[in-house]
Amino acid sequence: MSARERIAGTVANYVDERTGAAAWMKKNLQKVFPDHWSFMLGEIALYSFVILLLSGTFLTFWFDPSMRTVVYEGSYQPLKEVEMSAAYASALHISFDVRGGLLMRQIHHWAALIFMAAIVVHLLRVFFTGAFRKPREFNWILGIALLTLGIVEGFLGYSLPDDLLSGTGLRIAQAIIQALPVVGTYISFFAFGGAFPGEAFIPRIYTVHILLLPGIFLALITVHLMLVWYQKHTQYPGPGRTEKNVVGYPLMPVYMAKAGGFFFIVFGVTAFLGAVASINPIWLYGPYTPGQISAGSQPDWYMGWLDGLVRMAPPIETHAFGHTISWNILIPGLIIPGILFTGMALYPFIESWITGDKREHHLLDRPRNVPNRTALGVMALTFTLIALINGGNDIIATHFSLTINQIMWFSRIGIIVLPPLAFVITKRICLSLQRADRELVLHGKETGRLVMLPHGEFVEIHEELTPAKKYALTQHEQPKAIELVTEDAQGVLNPKGIRAKLQARFSAANAENIAKPTAAEVKELEAGHH
Amino acid sequence: MKFLSKYRRHKFATPLLLVIALSALGFTFSAATAAPAKNTMSASAKTTLIEEGQTIFLKGCTSCHGLNAEGGAVAPSLIGVGAASVDFVVGTGRMPMQDMSQQVMRKKPVYNEEQTAALAAYVASLAPGPASLTNEEITWERDGNTADGGELFRNNCAMCHNFAGQGGALTQGKYAPTLMGVEPKHIYEALITGPQSMPVFSDKIITPAEKLSIIKWIKAAESEPNLGGASLGRVGPVTEGLLIWIFGLGLLIGVAVWLTAKAR
Amino acid sequence: MSKELEPLADPGLPEHIHRKADIDPIAAKRAERQVAILFSLSAFGTILFIYSFFFVKEDVFIFLPILGNTNAHQLGIGLGMAFGLFFIGIGAVHWAKTLMPDQEVIAYRHELKSEPEDREAFVKAAKEGAEAAGLGRRPLIKRTLIGAAALAGLPGVLMLRDLGPLPGKELEKTNWKSGTRLVTDPGDRPIKASDLEVGAVAQVLPELLPGQERTLEDIGKDAVLLIRLRPSEFQLTPERLSWTHEGIIAFSKICSHMGCAVALYEQTTKHLLCPCHQSTFDVTRAAKVIFGPSARPLPQLAITVDADGNLVAKQPFTEAVGPSFWERSS
Repeated sequence: MSARERIAGTVANYVDERTGAAAWMKKNLQKVFPDHWSFMLGEIALYSFVILLLSGTFLTFWFDPSMRTVVYEGSYQPLKEVEMSAAYASALHISFDVRGGLLMRQIHHWAALIFMAAIVVHLLRVFFTGAFRKPREFNWILGIALLTLGIVEGFLGYSLPDDLLSGTGLRIAQAIIQALPVVGTYISFFAFGGAFPGEAFIPRIYTVHILLLPGIFLALITVHLMLVWYQKHTQYPGPGRTEKNVVGYPLMPVYMAKAGGFFFIVFGVTAFLGAVASINPIWLYGPYTPGQISAGSQPDWYMGWLDGLVRMAPPIETHAFGHTISWNILIPGLIIPGILFTGMALYPFIESWITGDKREHHLLDRPRNVPNRTALGVMALTFTLIALINGGNDIIATHFSLTINQIMWFSRIGIIVLPPLAFVITKRICLSLQRADRELVLHGKETGRLVMLPHGEFVEIHEELTPAKKYALTQHEQPKAIELVTEDAQGVLNPKGIRAKLQARFSAANAENIAKPTAAEVKELEAGHH
Repeated sequence: MKFLSKYRRHKFATPLLLVIALSALGFTFSAATAAPAKNTMSASAKTTLIEEGQTIFLKGCTSCHGLNAEGGAVAPSLIGVGAASVDFVVGTGRMPMQDMSQQVMRKKPVYNEEQTAALAAYVASLAPGPASLTNEEITWERDGNTADGGELFRNNCAMCHNFAGQGGALTQGKYAPTLMGVEPKHIYEALITGPQSMPVFSDKIITPAEKLSIIKWIKAAESEPNLGGASLGRVGPVTEGLLIWIFGLGLLIGVAVWLTAKAR
Repeated sequence: MSKELEPLADPGLPEHIHRKADIDPIAAKRAERQVAILFSLSAFGTILFIYSFFFVKEDVFIFLPILGNTNAHQLGIGLGMAFGLFFIGIGAVHWAKTLMPDQEVIAYRHELKSEPEDREAFVKAAKEGAEAAGLGRRPLIKRTLIGAAALAGLPGVLMLRDLGPLPGKELEKTNWKSGTRLVTDPGDRPIKASDLEVGAVAQVLPELLPGQERTLEDIGKDAVLLIRLRPSEFQLTPERLSWTHEGIIAFSKICSHMGCAVALYEQTTKHLLCPCHQSTFDVTRAAKVIFGPSARPLPQLAITVDADGNLVAKQPFTEAVGPSFWERSS
């Protein structure tokens, strides 16, 4: 036994005598993880979270979350002797007078943007491949919660420096709170400690941003990961892969090296961005005062869709019995997002109700084989994208010689017309792809090689697919529509009522697929190959 | 000819053709839309500045602004706008207007300094108006205060021209242009004459000293290097979000694809 | 159309293809060298960071393509940190890809559902536990427990009462009173009508009383935009026209939509644009909303001149300024 082995043995023994760790270590060191790039998107989010914790902790050593007025005495000359909040002054101090401070500020902000982007692409991957189905519905809900909290956390984070741009964002948030019927003004005065902007808000959101929400994140992410660990990761269908196995690489050493390496890569890319790309140059924005505003004021991208919805809202307010309800704020700011996120969270249950499928699923779907779900996802994406584009309408207008009025009207009409259109187009594309798959299996791949037959006819040689490929294209299940029970044994008409009718309708639409070829006779390949 | 037919199926043939065709189109377009040739004045004629200005005016401005600068269907009256207005619009190349779009665009000036001064003198002679200035008169470096200028800028200018003077959108396709690379006298003249959509900033509201401070701040912002790296346009979160999706996430997904690909 | 036939069989995992480094020891050595180089690049990056952090002055700028004028210190520490981290990752991944075993491993899933005996045992234990607690037999305990528990949460919520004052009439009042002088922002200079030319704007605030401090909350209510037009350009009711003075009109600068500062005045169209959500207001028609999501015009401040010719407010705002709220009646 080498010295290294002896030391390792002693340590392992020490720990095992106190915790019994060897049992679960043995099992988990060999745990198998499937290897696909689309399974690493959640990891990008996880590693970004770690980067946020590390860089954020660094920043807290210098940041002063106080809104009391100070006169700037730091090294940035264009703000010399300007009155500002201590929070803003400390953020300037970090940027100009702490070595590595600006780098860490930028890494922190870039990491936040990557965090949210990674969550979104991860969500899209999980959605389009059906990984949210039983037994993973609860994990999906945790993910939606993480997405929602991430948006809030990011918003609070970039509002901490109290600069003109983020202060404007706070003003808008306060207007949403104030617009709530009955309790709006009370909640606003309680949250801000009085009239806007007050001196209480930044210290309060600091606590939420560095303590409450990170704590909740740690807890939710831990449960999210533990569920993945315990339920085992899903895998793409293919030869050798079934609902009852997991094919991949063991945790130690391969997965540890790849996943661990990926953490350093994500950190490195984030640091690279922090080094070469300027983000949130608060010294150019100036300190926040409600009397000032900059042209082209937007929130960070993950809130851009909210801003876009608010911009395109029709100017509707009702006044009745001495009270005002601002529909132009409540609908785009709270009601539509509420419906969207609730719908997203409940989707696994909605889909299992439509399909009637109550089984466990560990093999993923190819998006083309579930046209309705894929089309629904593209529809939701289209909606969000139009809102996002409208959020930047003034920047787009100046850079592409359009008018804000044109973009606004495009968005108002487009957001109603384009998503259903996207649904129809996507579904048709999926069905076409299914048809193409069927052709491939039955007739083989077109090789582009032409052969002239003795009697003058030209034919193209088709190459038969390998059994593995044929299997991959046909292993999926095609759902059957749920039969509507129009009359039950006692002669009661429509016993399950309208719910069953709806279910039958949806499941019929869902079952619209191109029949996949079974072990068909492959069409004889043309002359030259028998 | 043999060369062409030999290489007509080369894999670079199509891209090369595209590049040639696009370049030809581009050059033709620039040539066709180039500003008209400068007016050359005969130096021998002993005319006063005002008369010289009137001559230039009659040649290049009356078709829109009327024979006596009284204005017309498409152009406003120039009576009373003052030398400052003329010095600004002609000096920044905005006038003569290239196409009748929503607002005049800054471009390479058509008239040289002497001609601009002549035009300004002529218009000033029609009725009293704000006088033009020279860059030497605008003593922003000596008399301006950068920090005060920043406060004034954010209060009065940022809402149209953006926090860093990069410009911003107005309604119906109008826009507040970028303030980068503008001569100090043109900034001053714009402030006092309020060209097109821009309001007038009277001297009692923003004093001449305050105007100098604003100019000093704009010049400071212009020359300030981007401490954190590439500026991404100094327009805020929109370009930052674009970068993160295209470069940040794109790169990371690319790495993930490489990471999970089988090694040779 | 194809006939109904049996589904295609699963051909099983594909045959394993060996990598170069698996079969050729020279390739393996090469891969090892590559990994070592990558880790060394990381070390170089960290050294670059340390050097830049301590020895590169913070006011040195160098010109680079694309980035332009770049701060050498920032670039040095940033790139140093980035390379230091990035190449550890690339090295580890390359090591895993080329040298660590890449034979696919199969593990088996068990059904997540527990064995029937376990489920029965659980139900039995839960039932016995519930029986032992006796809540079913002792409704008085159950009810009082629920009551106490519900109440116990209340203090936590109620203690938040002192987070802030009650709104009261705060949102309906500003510092503008009858006779308050309009002063420039910044500068605090009083304004005479002749100070404004036609087409001019001014950012104004109410004059401070002696000893009074102006807070951001004050600015958030009091900020006003002064615009001068030609009197003939107004299309106002007689009452609103009486709130102007010689073509000068005053509006609250706080947007009636969500509170941003509306100060973008287009001189040619006489429109005010709020840059946040593009609400557009027509100044000639008392800031009527002509585009965008705002549902109300900007409140107009009635102005006149005092004995010295300075512009003063005639009366306070006749409605609350800023965004709407429940208690707002119009």
